[in-house]
Amino acid sequence: MTPLLQITNLHASIEDREILKGIDLTVNAGEVHAIMGPNGSGKSTLASVLAGREDYSVTEGSVLFNGKELMELSPEERSREGLFLAFQYPVEIPGVSTANFVKTAVNESRKHRGQEPLEPAAFLALMRERMALVEMDPSFLQRSLNEGFSGGEKKRNEIFQMAMLDPVLAVLDETDSGLDIDALRIVASGVNALRRADNATIVITHYQRLLDHIVPDYVHVLWNGRIVKSGDKSLALELEQRGYDWLKQEAAVEA
Amino acid sequence: MDQQTLLDEVVGSEYKYGFTSDIEQELLPKGLSEDVVRFISARKNEPEWMLEWRLKAYQQWKTMKEPTWPNVDYPPVDFQDIIYWAAPKKKPELSSIDEVDPELLATFEKLGIPLEEQKVLAGVAVDVVFDSVSVKTTFQDKLAELGIIFCPISEALESHPELVRQYIGSVVPPNDNFYAALNSAVFSDGSFVYIPKGVRCPIELSTYFRINARNSGQFERTLIIADEGSYVSYLEGCTAPQRDENQLHAAVVELVAHDRAEIKYSTVQNWFPGDKDGKGGIYNFVTKRGICAGVDSKISWTQVETGSAITWKYPSVILKGDNSIGEFYSVAVTNNKQQADTGTKMIHIGRNTRSRIVSKGISAGVSQNSYRGLVKVLPVAQGARNFSQCDSLLIGDACGAHTFPYLEVANSTATVEHEATTSKIGEDMLFYCNQRGIDTEAAVALIVNGYAREVLNQLPMEFAVEAQKLLAISLEGSVG
Repeated sequence: MTPLLQITNLHASIEDREILKGIDLTVNAGEVHAIMGPNGSGKSTLASVLAGREDYSVTEGSVLFNGKELMELSPEERSREGLFLAFQYPVEIPGVSTANFVKTAVNESRKHRGQEPLEPAAFLALMRERMALVEMDPSFLQRSLNEGFSGGEKKRNEIFQMAMLDPVLAVLDETDSGLDIDALRIVASGVNALRRADNATIVITHYQRLLDHIVPDYVHVLWNGRIVKSGDKSLALELEQRGYDWLKQEAAVEA
Repeated sequence: MDQQTLLDEVVGSEYKYGFTSDIEQELLPKGLSEDVVRFISARKNEPEWMLEWRLKAYQQWKTMKEPTWPNVDYPPVDFQDIIYWAAPKKKPELSSIDEVDPELLATFEKLGIPLEEQKVLAGVAVDVVFDSVSVKTTFQDKLAELGIIFCPISEALESHPELVRQYIGSVVPPNDNFYAALNSAVFSDGSFVYIPKGVRCPIELSTYFRINARNSGQFERTLIIADEGSYVSYLEGCTAPQRDENQLHAAVVELVAHDRAEIKYSTVQNWFPGDKDGKGGIYNFVTKRGICAGVDSKISWTQVETGSAITWKYPSVILKGDNSIGEFYSVAVTNNKQQADTGTKMIHIGRNTRSRIVSKGISAGVSQNSYRGLVKVLPVAQGARNFSQCDSLLIGDACGAHTFPYLEVANSTATVEHEATTSKIGEDMLFYCNQRGIDTEAAVALIVNGYAREVLNQLPMEFAVEAQKLLAISLEGSVG
C-alpha cells in the first residue's frame, strides 16, 4: 500500500535559519499521528511547510502526498488535492460570510475534481448537518468569517470547514490551544466523527490532554527540527509525567 | 494575464475599429473663446437665454483658477489645447460578433454582459429586436404615457425649454467651481429627466438606453427633476472598459427632489485608468449635487469608481426640506498609478434632516485614494443627524489611503457620528484562503466584495452583479 504521506529527510528554513533538520514520517490511510514537542521545536513550521506557506523554503528532502510531490504544488492545489490545515490562529475576514467563504472553498475543490457546484439548497442542508458535528449554531453562517468569534468558536469553525472539505489528510495545528474542556471535547468529537479508513489526521499539540479525546495510533516527539522519538499513545502519557528534558538529553547523547 | 495587460489589450484593440477618417466630421479648431461658446450654442439651435447663460459662465470661468486643493498630482491642463466641439462621430460597425477582438469578448464574458449588449458595446450591428432605436421608442412610449420626460438635454431645450430654464444651474450654479463654470460654458450634451407629480418611474432609467449617450462627450450635463411624491432610479455608466479620446472630463449633474420625492442615482465608472505608468488615463473632474428641496424628500448617491487616472468627485446633497434624507454610498478603487480624491458633502438646512455616508476606499499598486467629506449643519437645522463610515482597504505596501473628514456643526441639537477603519489584505488572509483551495485572485475578489458589500447592496441587482465582477477585474494582478 502506498502511504498517504511520506516525508523523507525534510529540511526547511526561514530567513536562512534552518528549522526543520531532516524529518522522516510516514502516514498511512486510517491512521492518526500526534506530533508533540516543546516550544520552538518546529511543530508549527512542519504544518506550515506541508500547507505551503511561502515564508519557508524547503532546502532538502521530499514530501509525497498520495504519490504526488507536494512541494511542487501551490497551497491551493494542495488543498484541492485533499490536504487540510486547521490553523492555530484562524484569520478574520470582514464582510465575507462564513457560508459564502465555505461555499467558495468547497466549489473550488469540486471544480478541481470535475464536479458541478452544489445546488444552494443541498449546500445549505450539508452545512447545517456538518455544523451540528461541532455544535455550531447555524446563525454563524451569516456572520463574517471568524469576525468577533471567540477562540473556541474559531476552532470549531475550523473543524466545521474540515468537515465540509472532507480532506484526505488533516493537519490540526495546536487546535487545543485556548480551548476550555467543553470546547475541547466538542472539537475532538467532531474530528473523531470524521475519521475513516481512507483518511488520516496529524494532530500537533503541546499537551497530552487533547490525545485523551483524539486517540492517536502513533506519537512522535519533535525536538530541534527532528523527530527524536516515536511510539504509541503511551509515549504521550510518559511525556505528560516526565516532561521533555529526558528526551532532549537522550537526543543530545545520540547526536 | 495581469489586469493591466488585459486592459491595455482591450482598450488598445479599440483603435482597430477606432474613429475612421472617412466619416465626415466637423471640428472646431483647438481652444476656447467667446466665439467657440457662440458656435456651440448656435450649432445646437439653442434659445437666446441659453447662449447668454453660457457666455456668462464663460466670463466667470476666465476669472477662476483651477483648484489645487485635491490630493492629486498631474501635469497642468492646457485649456487652449482642447477641441471643444466636434460633430458626433460614429464607430464603424462590424457585421458579426466573430469579428470582435477575442480579448474584448473575454472581458465582457468576465463581466457577465449579455451577448446582445456585448454586440452593442463592441460596435456590432444589432438585430432588429435589440436595435437601440426600437428599444428607445418602446421605452419612450411607455414613459410618455406616464408623463415622464427622458431625453438628451439638447432635445429638452427644444421640447421643454421652460423646465430646463427653471432648473439648470439651480443646484450647481455656473460659478460654483472652475470645472462647473467650464462645463456650463461648453457642455455638449447629457440627460434630462422629469418625473411628474406622484409618478413612480417603472424602470431604471439608464444612459445605456439613451441613444446619444456614447457620444455626449467630455462636458456632459445631466439634470433630473423629481416632482412631488415621485420616484426615479437612474443608472449612469457602464462596467465595460471605456476609452475616450478626450482626456479631460468635466461633467455636471444636478438633481432636484421636491416634496416626498426620491431620487436614486447609481454610477459605475470604468474609464480608462491609464497604463501602468499612468499615461493616457482620463481625468474625471465632476460636480454632482442634489437638493432635497421639499419636505420628506430623499436623494441617494451610489457610486462604484474603478476607472480614470484621476478622479475628483464629491456627489453631495443639500438637505433643505424638513425631514429630508441624503445618502452617499461609495466604493472607489485605485490601482497602479491611479489617484482618486472623492467623497461627499451633506449640507443640513431643514429640521430633522438625516444623512448617511458609507465610503469604502480600496487602494492597490502605487495608487493614492483619498476620502474627502464635509458634514455641515446650519444653525436652523434642528435635530439633524449624520452617520459617516469611512473605511480604507490597502492591498500591498506601496499605496496610500487618506481620509479628510470636515465637520461644521452650528446647531447643538445635531448628532454627528464618524467611524473610520483601515485594514489590509495581508499575507495571512491570502494564505488562509489559499489553504482552503481558493487561489489568490479569487481570494482578493472575495475579500474585496465582502468589504464593499454594504455599498454594492445599494445598486440595482443586475448592476450589482456586474459591479462585483468589475471590482475583481480591476484588482487582478494586484497581489503576488
